[in-house]
Amino acid sequence: MDKVAIIGIGMTKIEADKRGDTFADMAWEAVNLALADAHMTIAEVDNVVTTSNDFWDGRTISCMAVGDATGAGQGKNTSCVEGDGTFGAFYGLTRILSGAYGTTLVTAHSKGSESVSSLITNAALDPIYDRALGLDMVTACALQARAYMHRHGVKPEDLARVSVKNHGNALRNPLAQLPLKLTVEDVLRSEMIADPLHLLDCSPVSDGCCAIILANEQRARRSARQPVWVTGVSCCADAYYLGDRDLAVPRSLAQAAKRAYAMAGIHDPAREVQVAEVYDAFTYQELMWIEGLGLAEAGGAKDRLERGDFDLEGPLPVNPSGGLLGGHPVIAAGLYRMAEAVKQLRGEAGSYQVDGAKVAVAQGLNGLCGQSHCVWTLDNRS
Amino acid sequence: METERSSVELMVQQSQINVPYSWWAGETASRFFAGLRDEQKILATRCAACSQVFVPPRKTCPQCFKDTAWLEVRPEGELVTFTVARRQLAALPRPVPLIFGLIRLDGATTALLHLIGEVPPEQVRVGMRLKAKFAAERRGGILDIEHFRPA
Amino acid sequence: MGKKRVAIVGSGQTLHRSRRPDVNGQELIHEAVQAALSDADLTLADIDAIVIGNMDHFEGINYVDCWSVDGSGGWMKPVIKLTTGGTTGSTLSIGGYHMVASGLFEKVLIIGWEKNSESDTTGAITTAFDPIWDRLVFAGAISGLAVEAQAYMARYGATDRDAARVAVRDRRHACKNPHAQLRQEVTIEQVLASPMLADPIHLLDVCPRTDGACAVIMANEDVAEKLCPTPDWIWGTANRHSYTYLADVNFGALDSMAGAAKELFAKTGIKEPRKQLQVIELYQPYSFAGIIWIEDLGLVPRGKGAEYIWSGATDLGGELPINPSGGVIACNPIGATGLIRCAEVSLQMMGRAGERQVPEVELGLSTGFGGCMWTDMMLHGKRKPE
Repeated sequence: MDKVAIIGIGMTKIEADKRGDTFADMAWEAVNLALADAHMTIAEVDNVVTTSNDFWDGRTISCMAVGDATGAGQGKNTSCVEGDGTFGAFYGLTRILSGAYGTTLVTAHSKGSESVSSLITNAALDPIYDRALGLDMVTACALQARAYMHRHGVKPEDLARVSVKNHGNALRNPLAQLPLKLTVEDVLRSEMIADPLHLLDCSPVSDGCCAIILANEQRARRSARQPVWVTGVSCCADAYYLGDRDLAVPRSLAQAAKRAYAMAGIHDPAREVQVAEVYDAFTYQELMWIEGLGLAEAGGAKDRLERGDFDLEGPLPVNPSGGLLGGHPVIAAGLYRMAEAVKQLRGEAGSYQVDGAKVAVAQGLNGLCGQSHCVWTLDNRS
Repeated sequence: METERSSVELMVQQSQINVPYSWWAGETASRFFAGLRDEQKILATRCAACSQVFVPPRKTCPQCFKDTAWLEVRPEGELVTFTVARRQLAALPRPVPLIFGLIRLDGATTALLHLIGEVPPEQVRVGMRLKAKFAAERRGGILDIEHFRPA
Repeated sequence: MGKKRVAIVGSGQTLHRSRRPDVNGQELIHEAVQAALSDADLTLADIDAIVIGNMDHFEGINYVDCWSVDGSGGWMKPVIKLTTGGTTGSTLSIGGYHMVASGLFEKVLIIGWEKNSESDTTGAITTAFDPIWDRLVFAGAISGLAVEAQAYMARYGATDRDAARVAVRDRRHACKNPHAQLRQEVTIEQVLASPMLADPIHLLDVCPRTDGACAVIMANEDVAEKLCPTPDWIWGTANRHSYTYLADVNFGALDSMAGAAKELFAKTGIKEPRKQLQVIELYQPYSFAGIIWIEDLGLVPRGKGAEYIWSGATDLGGELPINPSGGVIACNPIGATGLIRCAEVSLQMMGRAGERQVPEVELGLSTGFGGCMWTDMMLHGKRKPE
């Protein structure tokens, strides 16, 4: 794969309700932050890929809302991916690798505050066989959590530790929505939403927009910022029906990770990856995705977590930003993971910096119970 | 601009999107639902190439892309995983507590998503045997099975 | 790896109909996918990635690319959804092109689909427009088009009779296309007598609602010629999704088409499109566009569109046939429609367009339209580009 780098990032603060901002306002903010970060003007953006979801936005052709704010009115070639921001970035990457464009601006947004999330995610259920049952993302993921816990003897306390860590990490991230000092007891005593998921096992549904700028090697080397290189990337989708999958096994994530690592020449991810930003929509997901990413053995993440391996001070910090538990703008979520990984590799993560981090992995997902994943490996060395 | 903005009353426009839908079930699902409604039978399809048995049935095998053939499976099977909804989430059709589960019927490769009833939530266990209870009034839909209960 | 030239090596379409009650959405997708795989003599295992799109609100399924993997063949493959309204199909063709040209995937399956019969099209499409400024006053897709037609007619003296001649052309062409939904000719009088939807647009001036799917397989230059004796080479793409608010639009000319055409023609060496192109599949959702937008394409000067249409130049057998497939007026499964334009041009380049074949083609253009008066376009060629 030709060399491509991330040369600019911009993230709005993640909030429960950005009442003063429309989608366009959020995009405008994130895009301008990314341009300023890259020391670029919009004229130097060769093409644009926005990422959004029609259901969450309450708009068919949801990309229309952010056209002006992302440079579409500037006579640029633009497109839109519907899915997580990591998938938007993936398409944006191919538009550089194809040779067509030197730089791609990628954005991803949503405002969870503008809808009833249970109804929005219930719409992901198959209308013919499943939807009438009334599940949504939370109850579906609760099924997966139970399957995973049963398979590997994972306890509620193990899940709770993820929440304590991530909300705690969020205390150091000025963009996070929910910085909280918690104990395992706090999590276990919080309201049971759908067994085994307590309130504090669940991420919030937030408002936010993230923008990144990808560049080919020539443009990256001219950049004012230290480029963070994309060394590997892969996507993979599992079966749709929950009953077609072994929900305890993150099969599609494992395949995407394997392929990304192969591209990057990473043979022992658990040792070679120095920081990971993963899609912790729920506490159990952080454990599952750590394992799917090869950063721990199947069922082994809980022990490593308990030992402190994934803490900020540990050998492999996971979600030093606070992750999605710290604030979850759906759709933008995976792009925030990428932007946070870039901050780490640039040494710009301030009080949640992982010292000397050179290799990072960032992951995003689509669909119910992590059906489809997109894995990125990043490196700050040329 | 910022100081002007801070004195603006931030308005919210309330609305709703009303788009009626009529999803064609297609011949395969229609036959499955007719089986539930008219015969209280659970039909499945088997892939000619890999022999996987799909419940709910598929017209073609998603992995082999080959045609499938019909067969009946028993309305009884094992609970693969479950959850008990405790907060009254907006999508829930009935008051909580409500139990959802994936049930692998005997003879099927895939598990069927459905509700679990007639058992206190505390007694539900992964691996327990369950049996379909058909609704008294059936209209040709997944809720023609009212829920699964302990076998 | 790096930049690779890309060709279409096969395609498949369902027989598009107003209603397909015998299949659900992913079974509809599956038909088109099977047809494309057969056409290219490939199996699912040969496909490296899937790019798929539709307009969610027409089928009412969220994360629909995840939902449809049973039918699309996406199980354990990379699956990406692109969606940009009416331009979705053409956006998908452009997406597939970049996915293959990137060198990351050798063979990519592109799928566009829609089951319009399952929902209220106008109810769903109205949600495209901004809820604060536009939605309450600008209902549906037709309103913007009516404004465009009125603006053009006021400037250049064209009439609805001129537009009807376009509809007559496309409906006649569709009779030779087994996939098209509407396969019955109409006369100018019939078009003008059909119910007025939004002045000056009559019912027979516009596209129907359709259930249908289209699948296209693109491959890189290393394998394209082994898979297909005469593949359809992609020479270039360009698009403009310029406007965000309907009221900002410069009605009476299609700025996005002019902008995209200028860029595409400049980078592919097209200086005289009327001479250098032999076929155009124009995403023309209503008849007036067939007069106005060919001016934006640079085929004829401003105000001369109607004259060109009446000359018969754009009919099959004429100098530059437009919509030999019958186009959008004869068939409109929205998420597929732009991709069908691409597939139809590929059939022309491969010499496999049957009764609707344009003789001696070298270069052809497929376009997409939708959203807020947006345009996508792609240049296809019988020979490999430089």
